[in-house]
Amino acid sequence: MGKKQTTVSVRRRSDSPAAQKKERWELRLYIAGKSPRAVVALRNLKSICEEQLNGRYRIEVIDLLKNPRLARDNQILAVPTLVRKLPLPVRNIIGDLSNTARVLVGLDLIQRAPERV
Amino acid sequence: MKKRGMHPQRRVLAKTPTNIQGLDEITGGGLPAGRPTLVCGGAGCGKTLLAMEFLVRGATEYNEPGVFLSFEETEKELTANVASLGFDLNALVKRKKIWLEHIRVERGEISQSGEYNLEGLFIRIHLAIETLHAKRVVLDTIESLFSELPDPHILRAELRRLFGWLKRKGVTTIITAERGDGSLTRQGLEEYVSDCVILLDHRVTDQASIRRLRIVKYRGSTHGTNEYPFLIDEDGFSVLPVTSLGLNYRSSQERISSGIPRLDTMLSGKGYFRGSTVLVSGTAGTGKTSIATQFVDAACRRGERVLFFTFEESPGQLIRNMCSIGIELEQWVKKGLLRFHATRPTLYGLETHLTTCIKMVNSFKPGVVVLDPINAFVVGENQVEVKTMLLRLVDFFKMNRITAFCTSLTSIESNVETTDIYVSSLIDTWLLLRDIEIGGERNRALYVLKSRGMAHSNQIREFRLTDHGIELLDVYVGAEGVLTGSARLSQETRDDADRLLRQQEILRKQFDLERKRESMEARIALLRSEFQSVESEALNEIGEDRGRTKVVVQDRVKMGKSRKADV
Repeated sequence: MGKKQTTVSVRRRSDSPAAQKKERWELRLYIAGKSPRAVVALRNLKSICEEQLNGRYRIEVIDLLKNPRLARDNQILAVPTLVRKLPLPVRNIIGDLSNTARVLVGLDLIQRAPERV
Repeated sequence: MKKRGMHPQRRVLAKTPTNIQGLDEITGGGLPAGRPTLVCGGAGCGKTLLAMEFLVRGATEYNEPGVFLSFEETEKELTANVASLGFDLNALVKRKKIWLEHIRVERGEISQSGEYNLEGLFIRIHLAIETLHAKRVVLDTIESLFSELPDPHILRAELRRLFGWLKRKGVTTIITAERGDGSLTRQGLEEYVSDCVILLDHRVTDQASIRRLRIVKYRGSTHGTNEYPFLIDEDGFSVLPVTSLGLNYRSSQERISSGIPRLDTMLSGKGYFRGSTVLVSGTAGTGKTSIATQFVDAACRRGERVLFFTFEESPGQLIRNMCSIGIELEQWVKKGLLRFHATRPTLYGLETHLTTCIKMVNSFKPGVVVLDPINAFVVGENQVEVKTMLLRLVDFFKMNRITAFCTSLTSIESNVETTDIYVSSLIDTWLLLRDIEIGGERNRALYVLKSRGMAHSNQIREFRLTDHGIELLDVYVGAEGVLTGSARLSQETRDDADRLLRQQEILRKQFDLERKRESMEARIALLRSEFQSVESEALNEIGEDRGRTKVVVQDRVKMGKSRKADV
């Protein structure tokens, strides 16, 4: 239906904590049609994933215009919304993901410094 | 001739009726159709319930499906909460009349990176409306988004977009919001939703909680601008509109009996006017409730329904007490003609009493209402408020041609008439019960202080409670003044004795007269007989004289003849 699957070639970064954990990441990006913002968000997401995750990830793009029921089922309000389904806990990030630092913090890909809470 | 600037046809703003009791009257027909209405108030004011009732009635009574988007409660919680109002949300959802959706936003789970908009929300609302072909939408409480989502600028822009979008869709929306300090809503939603704003208020005054509703603004329509009290109970919302009460009710010429025949006589022979207000006031133990129940009994006998509000005695106690004077109320209760409602006045605020009373009258539709006693509401210095409440109640009764019978307790020391001054202008017929203390006893007297529209007696009647009802007796006004009770009885006996004596006097005098007449007639008879004998003698002598004269003349003639004289 409205799902797209992408697999990307692997590029390792041995000092990335995610790579060390060797987990598989499941990410979902909810968009409302192919708006410019959605395109930007997907592009940002792909680049972050390629940098951080060594290919151990899967991105699903869900177009709510085609599948409106999923908005209720997944409690999506804002668009674009990125949901990290795995690894747990579930994390949400809203926005076009242009602020990379925030994305990394939100996805728990950066060790937070003790004073920044 | 047209006035300049007037449209040839005045267009009325389209309104969506709510069928919430009283609300349509205040708003002049309902909420603005196709526009958003803002309902704001503090916590626990009843905003969610009002919105839900709007939706449920729309679905069940107007066949307009509705969408309820809740930002705070889950679907389960909502269903449970409104079940107490008698709304079965599960059934309505199954029948696709109501769409319940919980929009959960949790701050802790969300971070933000870059720009976003709330298209997800739009998509969800759109889906709901389209699936049900909904005409009514509720957003409760959309202000929660402000505390959950970052970046209020985006939120405000999106809300503005949302309300415009809802308007274009033509759905009537209710948006609830929390009351802010100094502003109508905490987040200033009233800027965007300004077609109609309703404010709910929940106050505690003198230990009683009062709920009030006010229409702050209604663009394009006249509306009631006062604060109206409202109730939330097992039938949902009830608002009491005061606008429909004015001094323009039709009055009846019909008269109804008071249940006490001699009292009817005192009221120009026929009794009270139907639809009038009657007050019986008196000190403790004078029999006010008894007069009320006798009136009730008479009304039930005529087949009229009576609603009896009692604020001091329980219905059971009343019924039992009235049996002692021969009034059986149980039979009317069983027949469904008499209904009691007993509450302590201090249990709720005055507004709640008012609204409850009106609700019960609307559902039971009685012809007579009894309030016993009305002074139970007066606590401390609140006479003015009590008067206002009674005024509205009396207006309501008159509009519906219900005869109201009130009793009022007055204190012994003060002047009976001044303690009730706060209600005197509302009363059409005022009966006063008074104690008369004489010769070591207290007896009760009743008189009609005023009765508008009829000639009433100004006599004081002695008032007695017997085992076959109430009796009114003539009060004895003797040389010493008003006498009642045993003094009256003793005076009456004395009167009787006097009367007897006088009668005997009369007889005696008549007898005397007879005798005198007889003696007179005897004397007349005697005189007559004397006269008769005298008369006969005289007549004899006259006859003799006449005879002698005749003889003399004859002799002369004879002698002449014998003497051959010329005679």
